[in-house]
Amino acid sequence: MLNALALYRRYAAASIRAQLAYPTSLAMMTAGAFFVTIIEFVGVWALFRRFGHIAGWTFGQVALFYGLVSITFAIADAIPRGFDIFGDVFVKTGDFDRLLLRPRDPALQLAGYELRLTRIGRLAQGVLVFSIGASLAGVGWTPYALPVLAFAVAGGVALFCGLFVLQATLAFWTVESLEVANVLTYGGEAAAEYPLDVYARWFRDVLLFGVPIGCVSYLPMLAAMGRTDPLGTPAWLGPLAPAAGFAFLGAALLVWRFGVRHYTSTGS
Amino acid sequence: MSALAPYLAVFAGRFQLVLQYRAAAAAGFATQLWFGVIRVLIFAAFYAGAARAPMSLGNAITYTWLSQAFLTFLPWGADPDVAAMVRTGAVAYERVRPVDTYAWWYARALAWSAARVAPRAAMLVVFAGVVLPLVGLGAWGLSPPATPMAAALFAVSALGMALLSASVTLMINTIVVATMTDRGANVLTQSFVNLLSGLILPFAFFPDAARPWLRAQPLAGLVDLPFSIYFGAISGWGAAGAIALQFGWTAALILAGRAWLGAAMKRLQVQGG
Repeated sequence: MLNALALYRRYAAASIRAQLAYPTSLAMMTAGAFFVTIIEFVGVWALFRRFGHIAGWTFGQVALFYGLVSITFAIADAIPRGFDIFGDVFVKTGDFDRLLLRPRDPALQLAGYELRLTRIGRLAQGVLVFSIGASLAGVGWTPYALPVLAFAVAGGVALFCGLFVLQATLAFWTVESLEVANVLTYGGEAAAEYPLDVYARWFRDVLLFGVPIGCVSYLPMLAAMGRTDPLGTPAWLGPLAPAAGFAFLGAALLVWRFGVRHYTSTGS
Repeated sequence: MSALAPYLAVFAGRFQLVLQYRAAAAAGFATQLWFGVIRVLIFAAFYAGAARAPMSLGNAITYTWLSQAFLTFLPWGADPDVAAMVRTGAVAYERVRPVDTYAWWYARALAWSAARVAPRAAMLVVFAGVVLPLVGLGAWGLSPPATPMAAALFAVSALGMALLSASVTLMINTIVVATMTDRGANVLTQSFVNLLSGLILPFAFFPDAARPWLRAQPLAGLVDLPFSIYFGAISGWGAAGAIALQFGWTAALILAGRAWLGAAMKRLQVQGG
């Protein structure tokens, strides 16, 4: 286990060195990621300028939800890159055979495939949006807000990583990477940018019980703000809800093991 | 006609090739459907607490479904084949072809975007315009064009959308040729295109002072103008003016782009060995 951590650190360091070899390209891609996502947020601002509020939430409050899930997704999008491109780069080419030959867990090797520094652009957007929210919303943070939010980010990263692992597992059968998985990763992030009670009931339930994105964004944020859920979730659940993200990742890794056992090489 | 033959051939060939990617089209449909649902629900929640709004909820929903249906018309980057040619050095072969490089690439770009739009738009229009009303969710679906006249004007404007999109793609291609990499051009265009086309939000929701400027700039013809014509927010002479603006910007971009591409191709340096 300690050995695995040390190995991951070496993978990450190698990946970072490789990306820093092209500093201009890195800087431009990072800036691009920042601009694309901050401009999305300009659209949110314009809507609030017209309407004032959404289901009773102010611009500053929504910015807190938006910033939290944006930070979470930026981190999650940087780490499991190897799983994201798994079908096209490892299964189709037969390169996964080589990973299986090495005396280390293939999941660890894929996790160490690349640590994408360009996601710092999106992370910066998330931090900026969250700061805007924190200064405008005037929230009376509860004393345990910081640990709850940190737990939410950790649980959220685990949840999105789990989704990328499931997407990769599908490639054992489909051979190619399935773009449909973007619905749950990018689409799930987009859905959680607003507090879930603005949505229709059926959609909310999908986001709480189907793919539990609400458990790592909406519920812990409410707990940090010291607000009760207008939908009636018990208050004690909020700080604990991000655990669902870790459970999801655990289940995804079990499915992944099952997939690995059924892997047949493309043989090229 | 024979002078046009090679361009028609490259258009037809690429169109048929790109149309083969059925899994990608299905994935695109699912993704755009999901994002469409999110946007529709967000609009509905905003409207629920609003006293007045710059457009009706029905029109905002129709705008959302149309922008998802035609999403792949948006020129988010260079033609991937051209970018690959620049990377490998194969772009040099384009100089020895007995065709006008600009027109040749324009036909490729047009075929590429049209072939990606066709299946996605068909599936999304059937879902939002036919299936949703049939199951009794018509209020959440894509409404038909405001009038027969609006439908006819929209048809012309949709053609303008395709032509304008290809002319912007060619501009990005030219930047790629001039800078020898597709990275810089691709990352910066997407944010501009998303905001200035009206994809992120219809211009009607932006501050009143900004609206005339937003409507007059070239990228407005990619989303906001054609869809506003569709549901009749722009009609009559206003619609004619919007379409003239769309085609005018397209012509200007084609003329400028062709001159610039010619200059860039003259200075072309091929990398690699």
